[in-house]
Amino acid sequence: MKAFTYERARTPAAAAAAVAGHKGAKFIAGGTNLLDLMKLEIETPTHLVDVQDLGLDRIEETPEGGLRIGTLVSNTALAADKRVRRDYGVLTRAIVAGASGQLRNKATTGGNLLQRTRCPYFYDTNQACNKRKPGSGCAAIGGFSRQLGVVGTSEACIATHPSDMAVALRVLDAAVETVDAQGKTRSVPVGEFHRLPGDTPHLENVLQPGELITAVTLPKPPGGRHVYHKVRDRASYAFALVSVAAVLNEDGSGRVAFGGVAPRPWRVEAADAQLRNGAAAVTRTAFADARPTHENAFKVTLAERTLAAIIQENRA
Amino acid sequence: MSETADFEVSRRAVLAGSAASVGLTVVPTMAEGQAPMARKPPTMAVSFKVNDKAQALMVDTRTTLLDALRDHLGLMGTKKGCDHGQCGACTVLVNGTRINSCLSLAVMHEGDAVTTIEGLGTPEDLHPMQAAFVKHDGFQCGYCTPGQICSAVAVLEEIRAGIPSHVQEDVGGAPEMTVLEMRERMSGNICRCGAYSNIAEAMAEVAGVKLAETHGAEIEA
Repeated sequence: MKAFTYERARTPAAAAAAVAGHKGAKFIAGGTNLLDLMKLEIETPTHLVDVQDLGLDRIEETPEGGLRIGTLVSNTALAADKRVRRDYGVLTRAIVAGASGQLRNKATTGGNLLQRTRCPYFYDTNQACNKRKPGSGCAAIGGFSRQLGVVGTSEACIATHPSDMAVALRVLDAAVETVDAQGKTRSVPVGEFHRLPGDTPHLENVLQPGELITAVTLPKPPGGRHVYHKVRDRASYAFALVSVAAVLNEDGSGRVAFGGVAPRPWRVEAADAQLRNGAAAVTRTAFADARPTHENAFKVTLAERTLAAIIQENRA
Repeated sequence: MSETADFEVSRRAVLAGSAASVGLTVVPTMAEGQAPMARKPPTMAVSFKVNDKAQALMVDTRTTLLDALRDHLGLMGTKKGCDHGQCGACTVLVNGTRINSCLSLAVMHEGDAVTTIEGLGTPEDLHPMQAAFVKHDGFQCGYCTPGQICSAVAVLEEIRAGIPSHVQEDVGGAPEMTVLEMRERMSGNICRCGAYSNIAEAMAEVAGVKLAETHGAEIEA
């Protein structure tokens, strides 16, 4: 691990200013992903600004009838919140499908959105990776790509976003609230938060340097039946091959997002409109631009079959 | 280490010695014309309680909680397995919550209360979970055991506190104290000897659950 200096910020704006004013600085919250990457020297911050004292660890009801989730709320606390379990079941289901109990206890809401890909070529510093070292190439394309992305990918990068939580947030139309070094706040729909890789896979989201996530907001409860179905190589503690987050209404309409397939939670609103026509109609639309490798082409079929099972259960 | 080091030293002494030498590295004065040496890495003071005892340390900011416990405080019960949060051998309780101590910096724990395996019980006065692991042979080589036990103690508390899990049918309700729930919640603790079924038995005994009652659900799942 490279040496760094460390401070604990007292206010969100002070934290943002501390990172913006220090070249090579990063925020640290739970640290479960950042420290892992720092040990491998994939992340090499020269200064860490610890945000744990900012008081952003509460879940409040909004005037619009939704919830405002402080960025420091742990994954465990978010999944266990009784309002979330009652009204946003897909979010609880998604969170408890990811990581381990120890990690969920430490990992935060904002940190979960900002976690990096688990593409093995990103992690192996001997390999070419445009995300880790812009311009070096992509060893994953033509490499072992069974776990990697099939849609929204580019010639430069086929990594996936590893989060389960974010897939549920996408299907719930959540928004990400931020503050910058000048104290200016903004709210970004979660669907616009993560960038597609294009030629610049090292730019993973729309945050500006020093911009801090303060909260994630949920609109009022959508009703319907909430499902998160994760398909993976073992029954627990593994990343998704494919996951499906769905909110389904009694008349068969609803919304659906896919995880494990793309550089961001994958939802195509035009595909939602196909839900009453069955899983194949949905995935034909959602994966119309898919460009899988020969090793991960199964993911498109798997997504369709996983959704078909969910639709069938909803009818039963 | 010096070149005349005693070859009879134990593995633990070698590891402790090399860790200490890192901590005490002094940058020598450079002769003219030589490349400049790297600056001394930043250090910081941190105070927390470990097993009810106040501790004040001066650490390189890079020191993980795990390395602080082992190399600075000599608490060798907590184990370093993968050092990447994948194996769970380093599991400790911080303010009563289980975390991977390898994925947390010591300086992030100012004012916290840490409980390690040494704080749960002693050989003379075992914690009920430690006693149950002994009784049910919940280990073979024993390396993952401190993490397993810290995790197991916390898992029973998490179920009692109503924290939901992936195997729960209805996340709106309270989870049940079953072996299926325990096994799911223990998935962040890997045992390469494969003592899982005995660990599950030990946990079931401490939780007061009869294995036969929950085996059906386990097989169905």
